[in-house]
Amino acid sequence: MNPAGISEQVQRAWAIAKKDIRIYYFKAPVLIFGVFMPVFLFLAFLMGSRQLPLAFLVSGLVGMTLFFTATAVSPAIFPWEGQAKTLERLASCPVTVEAIVLGDMIASTLFGIAITLITVIIGLALGLSLLHITTLLAAILFAACCFSAIGMLLAVPPTNAPSNIMILSSLVKFPLVFISGIFVPLEQMPSWGLALAVCSPLTYFTDLVRYSFTGVHYFPVIVDFVVLGVCTVIISAGTMCLHQRTMPRRM
Amino acid sequence: MHNAIEVKDLTKAFGTTIAVDRISFSVQVGEIFGFLGPNGAGKTTTTRMLTGVIPPDGGTATILSHDIGREPVLVKQGFGVVPETSNAYADLTAWQNLMLMGELYGLEHTRAAQRASVLLATLGLLERKDQKVQAYSKGMKQRLILAMALLHKPPLLFLDEPTSGLDVQSAQMILSLLGDLNRNGTTIFLTTHNMEEANRLCHRVGIIRSGKIVAIDAPEKLKAAIDRVHRIEVSFDREMPGEALGRLPGVASAHRTGDKWQITAENSDAVIRSLVKFSQEHSATIVTLNTLAPSLDDVFLRLTQDVSP
Repeated sequence: MNPAGISEQVQRAWAIAKKDIRIYYFKAPVLIFGVFMPVFLFLAFLMGSRQLPLAFLVSGLVGMTLFFTATAVSPAIFPWEGQAKTLERLASCPVTVEAIVLGDMIASTLFGIAITLITVIIGLALGLSLLHITTLLAAILFAACCFSAIGMLLAVPPTNAPSNIMILSSLVKFPLVFISGIFVPLEQMPSWGLALAVCSPLTYFTDLVRYSFTGVHYFPVIVDFVVLGVCTVIISAGTMCLHQRTMPRRM
Repeated sequence: MHNAIEVKDLTKAFGTTIAVDRISFSVQVGEIFGFLGPNGAGKTTTTRMLTGVIPPDGGTATILSHDIGREPVLVKQGFGVVPETSNAYADLTAWQNLMLMGELYGLEHTRAAQRASVLLATLGLLERKDQKVQAYSKGMKQRLILAMALLHKPPLLFLDEPTSGLDVQSAQMILSLLGDLNRNGTTIFLTTHNMEEANRLCHRVGIIRSGKIVAIDAPEKLKAAIDRVHRIEVSFDREMPGEALGRLPGVASAHRTGDKWQITAENSDAVIRSLVKFSQEHSATIVTLNTLAPSLDDVFLRLTQDVSP
């Protein structure tokens, strides 16, 4: 056994993910927040945008749910663990910083997927038909990885006060939702809005979900997947690199 | 005998404050090494650098033949850590904490479970293994942390104030276990404020002050080194001539206090022999004979007094 080998470190990351799910995700407030937050945002826009078709809004709901749930808890895990000194425990164990970050990302990916599937079921219960189920499942998987990486990126500032991170997190997440074609179709956006939308990974996921439910898409499907994949790789690598630098300052 | 820990010019600064200033020392395999120093001297910073929690700014630390900076995972696989503050996951049970450690150290589940059962039984926690750690007392948490550090049977153990603030029962249990572990070959690096603990357990101690090592030696040698003049307290069953006592070979001075004589000497062994001979010559019996050597507390205070508040 080479404890520093990739397969060993991935196994240890999985152990960290299981720990995260047990401690941080299997909690009623977290689960309720994960579902309620996007549902209420969705209802608010449903009442204010009566001319938009239900399929469009459900697609937006799925996009928001995955984005909010995959980024809900992960930014605060490092500060929580820093406060409780359990991060020091992990740092003295034979796991790399990359494995710790990967573990947190796996947990938030799984949480995001689980809650998002509930909203997909809600959409189907509302009478929508799912035209491209494989595309939807693949999109959820790709986007969950990407959004969990964004969640960990938000955790980079080396503070042990979760409230600081949550403020930063909200400042980044809410604007992203409004520029990602969730409430305003990309086709109806002004050019400056579209220029912002193409910078958000959430745009591509929402486009894929819309395609899965309605068969209509703005970008080619392959482009959506490639962008999500590339964003996942770049953000994950950047996040791991930044955490490597900031980890000692948390101790 | 080779070294389990080899530290050379290790340095750490926080801003303009130099917490650890080019310290060098080694710890032999099978040794219990005590690391002493006043608050803020750099003990915990040193331990954190040795355990790979924070990187040093300069110098090297070779642990179990691996450089902590270059091969941190390999090094960490070889030791266990018991920090001063309990850092088990409070929302997990003791068993779940131990199984998590098993996975983080790459142990097979069956082996980890067997080992966890043995350790929990040894440390008196087996009956409460399924209780969340948040309901544990401080002593129980500390015993659990020790179990977590020992799960993978490390050849080297780092402990930072392991008995600080614990009840007598928990402290004795931990100290007894440390003694057993060391007899079975585990090298122990013990950071402590407790001089009695260090005196009792450690083969050698290192004293750090203001980020610099000021002394490293066996506790008894350190005690001898700080006070060249030894004090001996003796009492006889009858009156003895004070002047004759003062003229005995090796005796520097002899003063009477109550029914005892306080004698100072450079060589306590020679004076004790003279006292025995002296009592025989005067047909007297020695009632009490104590060597009042400096304690490790004295050593610590002497070597650290310049910066102590």
